[in-house]
Amino acid sequence: MLEIKNLTVRYGDLAAVDDLSFSVSEGQWLMIVGPNGAGKSTVLNAVSQGAPYTGSIQFDGKDLSRTSASERARSIGILTQNHYVGYAFTVEEVIRLGRYSRRGGLFSRGKPEDSRAVEDALDRTGLTELRRQSVLTLSGGELQRTFLAQVFAQDPRFLLLDEPTNHLDLIYQKQIFALISEWLKTPGRAVASVVHDLSLAKAYGTHALVMHHGRAAVYGDIGTAMDPEKLNEVYGMDVAEWMRGMLSQWQ
Amino acid sequence: MKRVGEHFGGWIYAVFALILVCVFFTCVCLGSVGIPLNETLRVISDAISGKPSPEAYSLARSVIVPIRLPRVICVALVGASLALAGAAMQGLLKNPLADGSTVGVSSGASLGAVLAIALGITFPGLPFAGTMITAILFALLSLLIILGLAFRLDRTLSTNTIILIGVIFSMFASSAISVVITFASQHLKSITFWTMGSLQGSSYRNALVLAATLAVAGTVLIGLSRELNAFAVGEDNARNIGVNVRRVRLTVLIMVSCLIGVCVSIGGSIGFVGLVTPHMVRRIVGPNHKRLMPASLFSGAVFLMLSDLAARTLFSPRELPLGVVTSMVGAVVFVIVFFRTRRR
Repeated sequence: MLEIKNLTVRYGDLAAVDDLSFSVSEGQWLMIVGPNGAGKSTVLNAVSQGAPYTGSIQFDGKDLSRTSASERARSIGILTQNHYVGYAFTVEEVIRLGRYSRRGGLFSRGKPEDSRAVEDALDRTGLTELRRQSVLTLSGGELQRTFLAQVFAQDPRFLLLDEPTNHLDLIYQKQIFALISEWLKTPGRAVASVVHDLSLAKAYGTHALVMHHGRAAVYGDIGTAMDPEKLNEVYGMDVAEWMRGMLSQWQ
Repeated sequence: MKRVGEHFGGWIYAVFALILVCVFFTCVCLGSVGIPLNETLRVISDAISGKPSPEAYSLARSVIVPIRLPRVICVALVGASLALAGAAMQGLLKNPLADGSTVGVSSGASLGAVLAIALGITFPGLPFAGTMITAILFALLSLLIILGLAFRLDRTLSTNTIILIGVIFSMFASSAISVVITFASQHLKSITFWTMGSLQGSSYRNALVLAATLAVAGTVLIGLSRELNAFAVGEDNARNIGVNVRRVRLTVLIMVSCLIGVCVSIGGSIGFVGLVTPHMVRRIVGPNHKRLMPASLFSGAVFLMLSDLAARTLFSPRELPLGVVTSMVGAVVFVIVFFRTRRR
């Protein structure tokens, strides 16, 4: 599905992403991990064509830089990390925007499947009650769920998520990861997500890309890629020791 | 208000139209000389059908047909254009403090008009349109300069770059206007009056130019309501849901610049309408541009017609500059609306 070759993104002299190659196939869930500043979010920016890059990003064999914005959005749904909405749109209005790439003509008033997709997304994310509420009055977690619902309404085949459970309390972390696992069960779909929580990555991912200084430190299936020694080197600490220490608090 | 779809129902448009017509005829009838509605309607229909009016109506005809009617039409069109441009810019830039003048085109148009007044520029065959044509040319030239510079600086044409260049260009144009005024002090009065904004002496030709621009730019902008919603939620989000952000941004900027350029060239710089009307309308109908854009269009027309009526009648026979009234009335109305909606 998604194939990235020799991707380099430069901010001035700094290469935020440096000659990175990886691919995600159907049914896979790639976890992109690494310390702050490793270039994880920049990869997502490049895929969304929001940052100039060199190298190639292909989806189903098509170069994304030559794909129209709406065609790209029908294939790939992207959830970014920060949401700041300037105006008092309702939850439903924001979710409905997810249907943009599947719209009819210029003045068309929306199709029945648009409403169905919006209802379904509201339902999945537990936002039906809040549908008429202004997004300015939502908590961080509710806002995150609103934008996740927007991505679901978009109905893409590939999800690209930047910290999907950022701002979310435990119950929603669990629910969202369960939701995405469920979503992924339909054939022809795949997910790539940036996560900070290595345990979540190990629990849900099929593959992992460990990034360090804009490069792939390790890349492969989840079992081999989350190699403790490599992780220690990338994070500059004994990762497994820390995790065990945290877990022991509960025993 | 119960919202069924994202769009207004037909009856709301009917209410808008009714209010618009009522305000329109009120503004045509009232003025330094008040003329009853039946006389007004009679002389207008006589003028349209090309018949002479009865002797008793000759004053009405000489006031309404050549002076007041074209002026009120122009005021309504300018109000609608400015409010629509403001609504589009506030959505595009996700900033409620933006309006049509944020891009810098209105200062460019002002510079053109001031130059035309100071140098007495005229065009062959169009003796009275020198100021207007120069201002429109300068508006387009300003747009080219602003977008050209922004593109050289930043090929993605990001919003921040455009605002920055626009603000710098505005400052440059304002100081150039001061330079012109310094050297053309004999024209100071007409320049000052022009920069304060007024639609005194508008002609049917002006109305035609305004209507044509509004018809084209207004249709395009209202057609982009969905994209403006996406920008108002966030530019990155707009890109992710499939909006061609660069093309939409460029289209909106060009359409807004055309509207602003033509309005400034005909009425001078009339402040506050483009900033405050969409702001107030948003508090009533919500931020969705499918409702906000048409509502701003109507409200802008009504607001400016009433402001112009106040400008003409408050201290009659002396007339206030329209821009002064819009700013004063606008500020008061804004505070009232702000407090009432805040308390809810």
